[in-house]
Amino acid sequence: MNAQTPAALSPYSSSAGKASRTETHTLSVLVDNEPGVLARVVGLFSGRGYNIESLTVAEVAHAQALSRITIVTTGAPETIEQISHQLERIVPIHKVTDLSLLDGFLQRELAMIKVRGKGEARTEALRLGEAFRARVIDATTESFIFELTGAPKKIDDFVELMRPIGLVEVARTGVAAITRGPQGM
Amino acid sequence: MSKTMTGAEMVVQALQDQGVTHLFGYPGGAVLPIYDALFHQTKIQHVLVRHEQGAAHAAEGYARSSGKVGCLLVTSGPGATNAVTGLTDALMDSIPVVCITGQVPTHLIGSDAFQECDTVGITRHCTKHNYLVRKIEDLPRILHEAFYIARSGRPGPVVIDIPKDVQFASGTYQPPKNIQHKTYHPQLKGDLGKIKHALAMMAKAKKPVFYTGGGVINAGPAASTLLRELVAQTGFPITSTLMGLGAYPATGKNWLGMLGMHGSYEANNAMHDCDLMIAVGARFDDRITGRLDAFAPYSKKIHIDIDPSSINKNVAVDLAIVGDCAHVLEDMVRLWRSESLSADKKALADWWSQIDRWRARKSFGYRKSDRTIKPQYAVERLYELTKGRKTLITTEVGQHQMWAAQHFHFEEPNRWMTSGGLGTMGYGLPAAIGAQLANRDALVVDIAGEASILMNIQELSTAKQYRCPVKIFILNNEYMGMVRQWQELLHGGRYSSSYSEALPDFVKLAEAYGLKGMRCSNPADLDAAIQEMIDSPEGVVFDCIVDKSENCLPMIPSGKAHNEMILPDTDEDIGNVIDDKGKMLV
Repeated sequence: MNAQTPAALSPYSSSAGKASRTETHTLSVLVDNEPGVLARVVGLFSGRGYNIESLTVAEVAHAQALSRITIVTTGAPETIEQISHQLERIVPIHKVTDLSLLDGFLQRELAMIKVRGKGEARTEALRLGEAFRARVIDATTESFIFELTGAPKKIDDFVELMRPIGLVEVARTGVAAITRGPQGM
Repeated sequence: MSKTMTGAEMVVQALQDQGVTHLFGYPGGAVLPIYDALFHQTKIQHVLVRHEQGAAHAAEGYARSSGKVGCLLVTSGPGATNAVTGLTDALMDSIPVVCITGQVPTHLIGSDAFQECDTVGITRHCTKHNYLVRKIEDLPRILHEAFYIARSGRPGPVVIDIPKDVQFASGTYQPPKNIQHKTYHPQLKGDLGKIKHALAMMAKAKKPVFYTGGGVINAGPAASTLLRELVAQTGFPITSTLMGLGAYPATGKNWLGMLGMHGSYEANNAMHDCDLMIAVGARFDDRITGRLDAFAPYSKKIHIDIDPSSINKNVAVDLAIVGDCAHVLEDMVRLWRSESLSADKKALADWWSQIDRWRARKSFGYRKSDRTIKPQYAVERLYELTKGRKTLITTEVGQHQMWAAQHFHFEEPNRWMTSGGLGTMGYGLPAAIGAQLANRDALVVDIAGEASILMNIQELSTAKQYRCPVKIFILNNEYMGMVRQWQELLHGGRYSSSYSEALPDFVKLAEAYGLKGMRCSNPADLDAAIQEMIDSPEGVVFDCIVDKSENCLPMIPSGKAHNEMILPDTDEDIGNVIDDKGKMLV
């Protein structure tokens, strides 16, 4: 089955500490919206030394009290497989889907970006905002707040462009993700 | 039949309905209503321990020796935190335990109230699941669900934290029904296609070995019976982890002995050289595998386990079958027969003759002495003199534990209770009490060390109170022996804090607790003394004075492979065998 998969990294593995193929995966986790469920998920990651790049959670079905957690994690493929299995052991978790193993999925993130500047810098910021289809949601004579939605990369790019112009701060929601096509998870 | 009652009464009713016969516990402010409800009934015997850790280990001993869910009741705050070690132990060794903890009233939660602690927060990492019951309406469901989760799939401990106001509140009790849990449905049946594939691999194997673990014991006695049948059908050699001892009888002809760090030479070499490994209910723990990149390098691996996260965790396998051992073994036995499969007899004969050459090294051998009692000899004599009885063995943790595993031989499952995963010193005495209460007809012996036994020595009082005639067989070498051994091997013989100084007089200690105390230091007297211990109707503390400097061998030094064992007769300076990387691994 997994003949080619090398042993997962553990302190007892001779390859521990060496760089291995690191991948970034997006996991969708459907959970009962009950107290402590997020702590169970986060505790699993910290307790077993897994990475969390981004984590978002919100209720998605009020009547059934279901929440959806989207986790972006990095690790060797066998580590990510292990993460999925470990998540499945948590009792109030209904389903774990590794979206990155599926045909296609969309991920979006919302960011609010505060930029400060006058004169030319101000117009430049506005111009770039338009190019990125960012909305201005607050303005003063010396600042803007942009609202930008998109894939994380797009937000990264925009933030980098704003930095020399007068970036003050950024607030990001983290990634929400969903599969393409008619099927649910 | 639903009935109106208080939360405290619901707890007791639910325990009765779940078939609990013994409840290990310690009262306190936050569980008084439950203790009051216990006062009014006779179906459940409450066993008052002397420390909550003892309650948890006693529940484990009860569970492991009976196959039922063990149950404990402790108060909030220190009651709950004292139970944490036992809960972690149960999690690591997959023992079904339900732990009910009291909690301060809901309106005081978060206020740093007297004896308040965040029990669900603290136990989240050391339980399979836990609950804080906020409403009386949820209590009956949670009580029954907790038992379902504790015993289903890969078993484990479950905590139910019940605030005192919920214990006083009244509500409608629902008896247990067939629980249709909304998320937790472990897969019991293995995939038939994969099972057939596994059998085909087995039929072709030239150097196969069964590597079995605690999962076989957890799957119930039927799993052990089926395992024995499959071993007989195939003629394959079989070894087992510490946790799996007894699933296959130690007198069975295919038995290689335990494997791993202190396992037999033949078992470890068979693992190293095999071309097909069939892992059943075992989890490739680091004490088993040794150096991972040299682990069974020539083998294909089949892994049967109920927990998908155990598969490919430490070792990548070629064929994974997720399912309950008993179900999968049943299908394997049936299909091996119905498809008229047979092993490669010629190859197997060669494999066995290789194994016999390894066996001839007699790796559990030791130098006998007529002046001091060798610890191995003590266990050997205990085994010989208790043969033919229903004997249950518990242990503490350390050298004595490994000697017990090597030299006491188990014919049946559920007769051997030891702390494997967590390695908890202080496990054996409370576990022995739990095992004795579940098996009144059995001889229960805690093979202990003089250091470990002191960790939960207060439970002698519990043994006395409940007339548990447990025998505490202390291999007293005046050292934390395993620590001393590692210091000899790795730290130049600097025995930092490992000498058991200021030891109590165990004979007087036993007498102080109202038990029988005995001491033996002469090999010539040992048999008679052990016989006297066995024949005693009371609990006995047996202070067996053994050789102080004996090392536990054979041994795979940490960071080494299965075929790099140190044998008892190896003259090499063992301190040089372990490199710096190995030292880190402990």
